[in-house]
Amino acid sequence: MSTASNLERVLKAGIFAVTSECGPPRGADPEAVKKKGGFLSGYVDAVNVTDNQTSVVRMSSLSACLILKTMGFDPVMQMVCRDRNRIAIQSDILGAAALGINNILCLSGDHQKFGDHPTAKNVFDVDSIQLIQCVRKMVDDGRFLSGEEIKGKPSLFVGCAANPFADPFEIRAMRLAKKAVAGAQFVQTQCVFNVGKFGKWMEMVRDLGVHEKVHILAGITPMKSVGMAKYMKNSVPGMDVPDDLIKRMQDTPKEKQAEEGIRICLETIEKVRGIKGVSGIHIMAIEWEQMVPEIVRSAGLYPRPSP
Amino acid sequence: MIVADRKPFQEIIEMLAPYSRILLLGCNECVTVCAVGGAKEVAVLASEIRLRRAKEGIPVEIKEVTLERNCDPEYVETLQPFINDFDVALSMACGCGIQFVGERYRNRIVLPAVNTTFYGVTEQHGVWAERCQGCGNCVLDRTLGICPVTRCAKSLFNGPCGGSQGGVCEVNKETPCAWQLIVDRYKEMGVLDRYLEIQPVKDWSVSRDGGPRKRIREDLKI
Repeated sequence: MSTASNLERVLKAGIFAVTSECGPPRGADPEAVKKKGGFLSGYVDAVNVTDNQTSVVRMSSLSACLILKTMGFDPVMQMVCRDRNRIAIQSDILGAAALGINNILCLSGDHQKFGDHPTAKNVFDVDSIQLIQCVRKMVDDGRFLSGEEIKGKPSLFVGCAANPFADPFEIRAMRLAKKAVAGAQFVQTQCVFNVGKFGKWMEMVRDLGVHEKVHILAGITPMKSVGMAKYMKNSVPGMDVPDDLIKRMQDTPKEKQAEEGIRICLETIEKVRGIKGVSGIHIMAIEWEQMVPEIVRSAGLYPRPSP
Repeated sequence: MIVADRKPFQEIIEMLAPYSRILLLGCNECVTVCAVGGAKEVAVLASEIRLRRAKEGIPVEIKEVTLERNCDPEYVETLQPFINDFDVALSMACGCGIQFVGERYRNRIVLPAVNTTFYGVTEQHGVWAERCQGCGNCVLDRTLGICPVTRCAKSLFNGPCGGSQGGVCEVNKETPCAWQLIVDRYKEMGVLDRYLEIQPVKDWSVSRDGGPRKRIREDLKI
C-alpha cells in the first residue's frame, strides 16, 4: 500500500529522510505559518504540524497543514488523543484526507496541566497505540472503529513518536514494537542529545526487528543557549541532556553559544546517521526554524530529492 | 471507600448566610474513615459555625446528627421527625448521601460541606489515595492489579507516555507513574512480555459516559 506521501516515497526509496516541524501560531494569521514554512521550503521532505503542543491553544494542526500544503509542502498532521474522542478523531482524519494531507502522526498528547488551560477536562478516549490502529483500520480496511464501512476511504502514511529517554527504559523498545504491530509506518523520536542512550535503545529496537518494520527518524534539536539546554534538562519531562553538553555550552562565550549549539546538532546528526536502522532525522528547531536550511546543508543532506 | 475533602470554611459560611436553624449531617461510613465527615468532624464544624456567628452577632441553632449511612433509605428516614424544624441541612456526607437526603426531603435544601473526590484507600495513617474510577469494565487482570484508568493521568492503556521519569508521573512528582508500577509488577511476576499485548479501544458506555448507572437485582427487590 502506498500513499501520495512524499515522506513515504523518500523513505521507501532508502533515501535518508529529513523532516522538520512548524508550530502553528497562537492566532488566526496565516502569514505566521507561511513565514515559518518559508524557512523550510526545499530543505525538508515533509513538515510536521504540531497539535496544540504543550497543551497551549494554537491554530489547528489541520488548518496550518493546509496552508503549508498550498506552499508545496507535504505536511504531517500531528494528532493528539487529549482533545478528541473517537468520533472527532475519525472525522478529522476524513477531513484531512479529503484536503490532501498525506501523513498523520499519532500521539497521546501532553497533559493539559502544562498548558494555558490547566482546568480543562481531558479526553483520552483512545491512546496513541489505539489511534494508530484506528487510522490503519480506516486506511487499510476502509472501516470505522465501529466496523462500519467508510464511503471513500482515506489514504494516509501513519507515524508515531517514541521517547527512548523516558522510563521505564527496558520497555521503550517494546513500546515501539507495539506501535509497529498497531500499524505505525514511521516514527520520529524525542530530541536526541544523549547519543549513547539512543544507540542502546536502537540496539534493543534492532533486537526486536522493529527497524525493519518502521522507518526511524531521530529527533534533532539545536540548542540556542546554555539557558535552553538547562531548561530542557531540568524542566521538560522525558528529556535527557547530558551534563557534558551543558558544560560545553556553559564554557562557550554567550555570543558563540548558538554557533556551538549548531555544531553539537551537526555532530549528533553525524552520529545518528551511523547507527544501523536510523532512516532519517526530524529537526525540531523550536522557534528557530530559520536555522534548518543551514543545518541541512552543513549535514550534507541538501539538496532534497524533488517531490 | 469514598474520599472527600472539607470545603473551605468561608465557602460554607457563605452558603449558610440565609439560614439560622441548621441541621448538620455526618455519616458513619466512608467519610468517617477518611476523617472528613464523621461525628467528630461534624462537632468541629458546628463549633466553628457557632463561633463565627457569635462573633458576627447573628444567631444560629445547629443540631448535629451523624447517620449510620446517608445512602440508605432506612437511615435517611430517621431524620423525618425533626428535619422540618430546620431551615436547611448541611451535609458532610459524600455526594451520594447529600443527594439522597435531598431526594427524600424535597421541601428542604441540602448543602454540601465537603467536596467528594475519589474512591480510594488508606495508604498510611492520614494519607488516602485514589485507586478506582468505577469505569464499569475492570482491566486489573491485564495490568496485574494496577489501574491505568485511574492511576495514569491520561488513562493510557498501552504503556507509559514520554513523561514518565524516575518512576514518577510528569503531572505530579508525588504520583508514581502507573505504567512504571505495572511494568515493575510484570517483572516481579516474571511476565514482562505481557506488556506487548495491545489493549483494545475501551467500551466507555459502561462508564459514566453511558449516563448514570443502575444495578438491579430482581430477586432482592421487595
